[in-house]
Amino acid sequence: MGATLDLFAAASAEGAWTVAEVTRRARVVVEAGLPPLWVRGEISGFKRWQSGHWYFALRDRAAQVRCVMFARDNRRLPAPPTEGMQVFAFARPTVWEDKGELRLTVLELLSTEGGGLWHLAFEKAKAALAKDGLLDPARKRPLPAYAERIAVITSPDAAALKDIIAVVRRRWPAELIILPTRVQGDGAEGEICAAFARAARLARLDVLIVGRGGGSKEDLWTFNSERVARAVAAAPVPVISAVGHESDVTLCDLVADYRAATPSAAAAAATPDREEVAAHLAQLGTSLARGVAARLELASQRLDRSFDRLAGAAALRLERHRHRLAALGGQLDALSPLKILERGYALARDPSGRVLKRVAQFAPGDAFRLRVSDGEVPARVADA
Amino acid sequence: MPERPTFAAELARLEEIVRRLESQDLDLDESLKLFEEGIERLRAVRDRLAGAEAKVRQILGDPADR
Repeated sequence: MGATLDLFAAASAEGAWTVAEVTRRARVVVEAGLPPLWVRGEISGFKRWQSGHWYFALRDRAAQVRCVMFARDNRRLPAPPTEGMQVFAFARPTVWEDKGELRLTVLELLSTEGGGLWHLAFEKAKAALAKDGLLDPARKRPLPAYAERIAVITSPDAAALKDIIAVVRRRWPAELIILPTRVQGDGAEGEICAAFARAARLARLDVLIVGRGGGSKEDLWTFNSERVARAVAAAPVPVISAVGHESDVTLCDLVADYRAATPSAAAAAATPDREEVAAHLAQLGTSLARGVAARLELASQRLDRSFDRLAGAAALRLERHRHRLAALGGQLDALSPLKILERGYALARDPSGRVLKRVAQFAPGDAFRLRVSDGEVPARVADA
Repeated sequence: MPERPTFAAELARLEEIVRRLESQDLDLDESLKLFEEGIERLRAVRDRLAGAEAKVRQILGDPADR
């Protein structure tokens, strides 16, 4: 068989070719004459073998051709095609000598149907999550107002982590616990799930951030994995998802308690602003002082009025209170000048009186109260 | 190690104290006691913020020790 092939020469002295010679030569002719090309057709008889290779036929009204897509090539695809799906296949035609069959070795497969295979895989996983109630908005937990311990699941050497650390450092003295993982490619899914399991064992954790910076659809695909989405849903503390891509919502985003557009936004959502907290504390100090001053004034007036009628005991009592008042006056001085509200600040609180500091605490339609310098105004969040 | 109250819990108590003081239906002794507690808690939360920095640590293995 070492001789160069002459297509039209008989391969044996008797003038008859062996079967193997025919199929071998056919393969050489096909491979030489048909370079890799795009083929359009419908998927038929799809089978996935133990080895991970995919076998199917492509057909149209007039003909069909058998195809194989090896595991190394189909691994990049999010889901196998469905029966009858219209596809474009980039394939290398060849002849399988042992069967004497024309085959296409498919290198790339694109569905022509809305969104293609990626869309199909996304919708399948989404349906499974919805079936288990994991997409129910009622599951979403509020974020802690003053997180002290924040876990971050992301790539250790990407800009996303640096952004998160920088924003938290600027805003709030929390403890950040980094659980480094890969965020794309083989193994990323398993590492992220393992990191969630480790985070679940952290004591006193307040909130968890999972995410990455922007990337291509394929790069972000780990965050569309059903396993990752279920890990997010199972987290014992609220999860902020920050998969850096404005236009594509990932399953991770849908299941998380809060979706941030970027890692920086996630860090801001996880923490209060220390300046705002300081202003709030100052305001509380003022209220404290005013409350007790009013009460003392009232008591003092009453005591003055009854002073004539009350003898020594009452006078003694008054003296005692006045001493205490004088002592507390010193403490009041320490608090002033804290007339924050009079400088034009307003304080928003929910009906239970809790102070609202961040956008995440305002849901459309929520009623709240605005405290300004001379009283309170009822208010309501505009519908989105 | 005894766990100190969370910042959120301290602040919630402080807000409750202010609310009660503003309601004016307390007797004088109670008002003064609340005021003193309020001042103390206000100092405590301010101290917690003053000079505190974010801490960052990385966990590679299993955090079973925590």
